[in-house]
Amino acid sequence: MSSNLRILVACKRVVDYAVKIRVNAAGTAVETANVKHSMNPFDEIGTEQAIQIKEALAKSKGNAEVIVVSCGPTKSQETLRTALAMGADRAIHVETNDELQPLAVAKLLKAVVEKEKPDMVILGKQAIDDDSNQTGQMLAGLLNWPQATFASKVELSEKAMTVTREVDGGVETVKTPLPAILTTDLRLNVPRYASLPNIMKAKKKPLAKFTVADLAVDIKPRIEILKVSEPPKRQGGKLVESVDDLVDKLKNEAKVL
Amino acid sequence: MFALRRTALPALSLARGYATSGNVSALLFVEHKDNKVAASTLNALTAASKLGGSITALVAGNAPDAVVSEVAKLSGVSKVLVAKDAAFEHTLPESQASLLVEAQKKHGFTHLIASHSAFGKNVMPRAAAILDVAQISDITGIESADTFVRPIYAGNAIATVKSNDSIKVITVRGTAFPAAGHQDSAAPQEDAGVSADKDLSEYVSEHMQKSDRPELDSASRVIAGGRGMKNGENFGLLYEMADKIGAAVGASRAAVDAGYVDNSLQIGQTGKIVAPELYVAVGISGAIQHLAGMKDSKTIVAINKDPEAPIFQVADYGLVADLFTAVPELTKKL
Repeated sequence: MSSNLRILVACKRVVDYAVKIRVNAAGTAVETANVKHSMNPFDEIGTEQAIQIKEALAKSKGNAEVIVVSCGPTKSQETLRTALAMGADRAIHVETNDELQPLAVAKLLKAVVEKEKPDMVILGKQAIDDDSNQTGQMLAGLLNWPQATFASKVELSEKAMTVTREVDGGVETVKTPLPAILTTDLRLNVPRYASLPNIMKAKKKPLAKFTVADLAVDIKPRIEILKVSEPPKRQGGKLVESVDDLVDKLKNEAKVL
Repeated sequence: MFALRRTALPALSLARGYATSGNVSALLFVEHKDNKVAASTLNALTAASKLGGSITALVAGNAPDAVVSEVAKLSGVSKVLVAKDAAFEHTLPESQASLLVEAQKKHGFTHLIASHSAFGKNVMPRAAAILDVAQISDITGIESADTFVRPIYAGNAIATVKSNDSIKVITVRGTAFPAAGHQDSAAPQEDAGVSADKDLSEYVSEHMQKSDRPELDSASRVIAGGRGMKNGENFGLLYEMADKIGAAVGASRAAVDAGYVDNSLQIGQTGKIVAPELYVAVGISGAIQHLAGMKDSKTIVAINKDPEAPIFQVADYGLVADLFTAVPELTKKL
């Protein structure tokens, strides 16, 4: 395994996965004010993976530096502090209050990659808010780096990684040279909790700030959101008394058997 | 009266399939495995047809002859571009994305379309970024050649979005569109005329789950088990019931994480999206993330011993019972 590795992990601050979201009255967006936010679950897995690689390398007298990056408003720094508390070494915040779509984020990350020159960039396979599943692939395309998406297992060797990917119907294993892009699937690992002492220590870790102008990237949205609406409600909640009753209803009422 | 007529007009042109937008020229990226077109590509083809322009299908592979002749006979396909190269034997995203980009540049397509499957998700955003355009992921509706409908926040909100890019890169949610049928005459085929890029990554191996049951994402009946199944052996109860009614078997994330069944059976926001005629949820509580993958099913049945389980709020028929007695009884009576 290469003895010195630099890993960049991208993290997004999103509405917490357990929140039942609401569409705003104007029908233009989802209410995000005063709603609990946290790190996108797939990015927690990405951060955990980077830290596990760092820990594994430390055992063989190697070293990895884990840098976390987030693009968005000032509050994204909370997400970065969380990643630092998990064990990342330093953070980069690309600050903007403008709407960021995946292509814009990929371009911002590309600019960060060109500054930091990581051997590997880890991203979550998708953000649970826009559900796009694009940024990692786009970044790989912009950098012309190989990509291993939806990873459930990663093994590093000298200047390469072997990745087991979750695909329809099973798994596939690919090998890519480094530098490369990795996107995480749920099964890759179980992220650790940050301990209180580590949360305190994280406050002192370096956090560099950039503006979009510093990185000279055009982040203009390409996609216009015309309308956001509630999905049609289901008329559920009918209970049946017995298995016989259920079979009867499925045959004669729903006519699906 | 006039107001009525004005609103009726756009609807009329919709019905005609954008007779005015004759400049739509779509490229459908065909996914295939073991000499067969993937079922989800047939749904993506129907979505492409709704754009109203011509549809060219792109088939890449080492020896894709059988797939090419199958695709040529699919309803709405006007031409099949064939990219035959050993480099395309496996669906490595680097060479597939550059193929797509080359084909786009050569033929000037307005829309690049694939299904929102593991294949489409992997390749399409890479191609979009190289072309410097956005991607519209997982669309469930088409309002016009540049306006699409897609779910966000695990399907708890529906966004209508308009793309301002010259090229629209789209992935299609299979369950939102019917599968395309066949046409009378076969579309002509043509060499794509692009060379394969040197691969950046290398295919090592794959391990696919073998099953005689229908494919999860296209099955008309699905039976899914959750944490309540307690272990992998108990899934046998669901397989028995599935075989009796020709259903596919799926699972919740809890059941997959607990190791009861393979990951590829997971239904939900981050797994498969299904919308069968009949969905039977057994021992599944119904978390937001699971509902995202199945709440468009036509009829939902829930069997759970907890009457408070959220799954009962979306179930058309709920049975509060111990699954270990209810499922065998149900199987017997089907």
